[in-house]
Amino acid sequence: MPHLVTIDNVDMRYGGAAGTLAVSGLTMKVGKGEFAAVVGPSGCGKSTLMKLVTGLHIPQSGVVVVAEKQVTKPVSIVGMAFQNPTMLPWRTTLDNILLPLEIVERHRHRLRANKKEYVEKAEHLLETVGLKGFGSKFPWQLSGGMQQRANLCRALIHEPELLMLDEPFGALDAFTREELWCVIRDLHAAQGVTIILVTHDLREATFLADRIFVMSARPGKVLKEHTVPFARPRDLEVMYEKAFNDMVHELHGEIASARVVA
Amino acid sequence: MSVLTENTATPAKPLAQRINWVKLAPWLYTIGLFVLWELLVIVLQTPPTILPAPSRVFQAIVQYWSPIWKNSLQTLYTTTVGFAIAVVAGLAIGLFIGWSKAIYAGLYPLMIGFNAIPKVALVPILVIWFGIGAVPAILTAFLISFFPIVVNVATGLATIEPETEDVLRALGAKKLDIMLKVGIPRSMPYFFGSLKVAITLAFVGSVVSETVASNYGLGNMMSSAQSQFNVPLVFAGLLMLAVEGIAMYALMAWIEMRMTGWAHRSSMSQ
Ligand SMILES: Nc1ncnc2c1ncn2[C@@H]1O[C@H](COP(=O)(O)OP(=O)(O)OP(=O)(O)O)[C@@H](O)[C@H]1O
Ligand SMILES: [Mg+2]
Repeated sequence: MPHLVTIDNVDMRYGGAAGTLAVSGLTMKVGKGEFAAVVGPSGCGKSTLMKLVTGLHIPQSGVVVVAEKQVTKPVSIVGMAFQNPTMLPWRTTLDNILLPLEIVERHRHRLRANKKEYVEKAEHLLETVGLKGFGSKFPWQLSGGMQQRANLCRALIHEPELLMLDEPFGALDAFTREELWCVIRDLHAAQGVTIILVTHDLREATFLADRIFVMSARPGKVLKEHTVPFARPRDLEVMYEKAFNDMVHELHGEIASARVVA
Repeated sequence: MSVLTENTATPAKPLAQRINWVKLAPWLYTIGLFVLWELLVIVLQTPPTILPAPSRVFQAIVQYWSPIWKNSLQTLYTTTVGFAIAVVAGLAIGLFIGWSKAIYAGLYPLMIGFNAIPKVALVPILVIWFGIGAVPAILTAFLISFFPIVVNVATGLATIEPETEDVLRALGAKKLDIMLKVGIPRSMPYFFGSLKVAITLAFVGSVVSETVASNYGLGNMMSSAQSQFNVPLVFAGLLMLAVEGIAMYALMAWIEMRMTGWAHRSSMSQ
């Protein structure tokens, strides 16, 4: 499997030479079409890893390669979604979702002429996440969970090859979260997009990912890599199997000891 | 059942319940203030050269209506012209300052220092440059009112959520894209909010300047009335200023509501 993302022995320090060393000696590879999850203690550099991969930060040493190109500036083949939905309150949900198309070089010149086609696409995405008919509403007319769904649509509208999710379901209730897990699972299965998911929820990581990277406390590096053995497509029922719980338990133990070492 | 519907259908509520007291409150309080003022003057028997009763002030308004009207228009004119310049310049400078952290850091202290200068102290300089009349009044109104606009616009730009910026930058957005798509729309509620503050300050500026360096306007009218001990006319001028101030403020509040209604309903309201 060719690798879409390669991080090789990367150091990233914030705020100059005397600043915080966020990650150090970080190495990981994510294959094309793979679903990777990153877990680790709080403050270990998971969000930093996301920013390194998307080119928002450039490491002081080591290289990040995305789609066979070394990352030296923001790479526009990614879609991002954070815990905070960051919808723009003056735009309708539909216009919020179309926002990336106004930015990405490949689409921005076609947008005006092909508006109808893009709107159809956005409406299709809204339907996929269960928000059919909400496109004309403003974000503040939606609940937190609905905003997070719209946020996913915005991350996907420009058909990114790589989807970066930084704790996108953190603020949601258990049922909405499980529902969105299934949405993500189906998107991944249907579109073959590569996904890197940062999460604190070990069951979420185990349910969704092909591989799980466990990070050490700050400065973060990959301590351990797990391959998730459960066959796809996975049903929510898989979470009640013994093998699943054993894996969650093992991950929990590893993160707990990573915290103590720090 | 039928009894019930009958009851709710007939508007037989007592008068006191049918009046919208909240809507009426500003008028009632204003009238109350004038009544209190009138009573105070009657009880203390203050001469009209110290504190004229409101009835005496209204009488002065009627008596001097022609000069009051002319000077009110003049003041309204200098104020709105100065304010309009302040809006354009404030918006432009605010966008410029908010553009980058470095410009913000460099210019902000200068702006604070400039704002600390009492604008009255600038009037003599303006008179030396432009002579007495409408120009110093317009410029003073401009100088005093553009600062809150600049600060608000710059703040709106400088407080873009870093996550929003990250999402856009990861897509390859340039600084200009981020400003056009997020920064400027985001700073609009701050901008329109600042207009309410700025317009009242503009009146202060124009009247101060008219008082010391003009032959027209309410400021000039009040200072000459004062030198003739025509205190009711001074109060008449103050009253006209208050009316103009309230009217312009209401206009700005209305514009704000029309332009940025979303900000009042979303969590981003200030
Ligand atoms: N912009 C920044 N400037 C300075 N230091 C930063 C910055 N962003 C992060 N850090 C530091 O880098 C370290 C890693 O931060 P990061 O946000 O990557 O952690 P995280 O693993 O995402 O944490 P969490 O699980 O709480 O989200 C932290 O110690 C943090 O203090
Ligand atoms: Mg984080």
